[in-house]
Amino acid sequence: MNKTELQKMAVEVRKGIVTGVHAAKAGHPGGSLSAADVFTYLYFEEMNIDPENPGDPGRDRFVLSKGHTAPGLYSALAHRGYFPVEDLKTLRHIGSHLQGHPCIQHTPGIDMSSGSLGQGISAAVGMALSAKLSQDSYRVYTLLGDGEIQEGQVWEAAMFAGHRKLDNLCVIVDNNGLQIDGPVDQVCSPYPIDRKFEAFNFHVISVADGNDFDQLKAAFDEARATKGMPTAIVMKTVKGKGVSFMENQVGWHGKAPNDEEYAIAMADLEKAGEALCQK
Amino acid sequence: MSEVKKVATRQSYGEALVELGREHENLVVLDADLAAATQTGKFRAVFPERHIDCGIAESNMIGIAAGMAATGKVPFASTFAMFAAGRAFEQVRNSVGYPHLNVKIGATHAGISVGEDGATHQCNEDIALMRTIPGMTVINPSDDVEAKAAVRAAYEMDGPVYLRFGRLAVPVINDGPDYKFEIGKGVTLREGQDVAIIATGLCVNSALEAADLLKAEGIGARVINIHTIKPIDADLVVKAAKECGRLVTVEEHSVIGGLGSAVCDVLCERQPAPVKKIGVQDVFGESGPAVKLLEKYRLDGKGVYEQVLEFVK
Repeated sequence: MNKTELQKMAVEVRKGIVTGVHAAKAGHPGGSLSAADVFTYLYFEEMNIDPENPGDPGRDRFVLSKGHTAPGLYSALAHRGYFPVEDLKTLRHIGSHLQGHPCIQHTPGIDMSSGSLGQGISAAVGMALSAKLSQDSYRVYTLLGDGEIQEGQVWEAAMFAGHRKLDNLCVIVDNNGLQIDGPVDQVCSPYPIDRKFEAFNFHVISVADGNDFDQLKAAFDEARATKGMPTAIVMKTVKGKGVSFMENQVGWHGKAPNDEEYAIAMADLEKAGEALCQK
Repeated sequence: MSEVKKVATRQSYGEALVELGREHENLVVLDADLAAATQTGKFRAVFPERHIDCGIAESNMIGIAAGMAATGKVPFASTFAMFAAGRAFEQVRNSVGYPHLNVKIGATHAGISVGEDGATHQCNEDIALMRTIPGMTVINPSDDVEAKAAVRAAYEMDGPVYLRFGRLAVPVINDGPDYKFEIGKGVTLREGQDVAIIATGLCVNSALEAADLLKAEGIGARVINIHTIKPIDADLVVKAAKECGRLVTVEEHSVIGGLGSAVCDVLCERQPAPVKKIGVQDVFGESGPAVKLLEKYRLDGKGVYEQVLEFVK
């Protein structure tokens, strides 16, 4: 896809997020929206995957370590064709395959159950190690929150990945700067994130705007070309990106929009989509 | 009298892994800086590339095992019971149990027979913790023969398994020609109608010794080895309650949540009967030689015999 097509798709992914969380009357729109562009890039451009064959052993893997942003991943999967986009309206409903956090047993295209923060990265490391042992060529991607990296297990996993030189592993940190209790640097600062991963023997790529597809492409190309060590992409993003009243608002970490807010959010996204069509 | 052959089940675990490793390319062994203690060093010596030392980071080790299982490997994640079931409980629950991944957890140094290291390393809670996880199979073998059979059976089944092993060398009791291991099937080792002693792990041998002493008193004790605590052999337990009327459970584990509780869970719904739970009585362990600790906590043959006698009199 070219940049405009990716941007248009990201608008659709965002609509799916807002629709799902609104229908669920619960969920995490803020961090789903900040990561909507990276979800789109991974599933429509970067990863070697086939929605017709979600269990292909040779596919690239993705582990959503920040599992609470499942609405974003679900929306990307649905738009990529893993299941009907209509299903997004069943998010968090009883009997739905779209659980509050990703579940490998329920949803086509989910490579690992996750949601208890800090655990997903370890599974991703295990997958990358597994590929190395069998000399398989697939790559493994995992997305972490900047609050999540307060969990000690993240650094256990990072130490191991660096030690094992897992260059088929790409760790992405969604640095939107906010966690439930407030700005990350006020709650318990994870900064400097880049230097921490460097110290754990990662190749670190800092992305100034993780909501920009040119910058994402450059970062993932560089990660792919990096040999002999794992890569960490630390990307600055805007929490709530694309919905005017949610942007950079900590209150929208884990709250669903009411009907009125939903209408405004969808109007924002419609407008963004139309602007892209003028291009 | 000929010397009784004694083997620690952790050693059986290490040896079984080597044997299985020769047969199965997809078997990998994970360890957290305890390769000598957990005996996975034996596997490392033969298959260095398939032995993954994760360093002192058990939570991460369980997660790595989950990721490897999700990509077609059969990982045996090995550490002390305290760290496998205790420290990494939530990783086992959420990264292994919930996705129902094919991870085998080899937990050594369970119970007070850890000995001198003392209470911090004596895990008497692991069976309780592990059996609450939906879909988790929990196996506590009683000797060398059973431990090796359990490792093989764990490999051959699809799904998460918690295997409990000990540090102390214990008598080999299952070396008869008819011995057969089947997950979820208890084994009646002695017939008797006066009381049923249901034991697990190294306490199976204590139960056998107790039964011999009880026999001298004219008490016929049935001895049942429950090596699989989950899924438990409910029919065998119910049958014992029907035929013997009263039961004693024996385990090197807290009396809260372990074999005794699992047996009572079955009986309270299907065949209510008086049950005496012998085990670690809601206390922490302590340092000391393993054999002496088993005596002190009344989990040796004599201690079990005395407690059964008090119960049936």
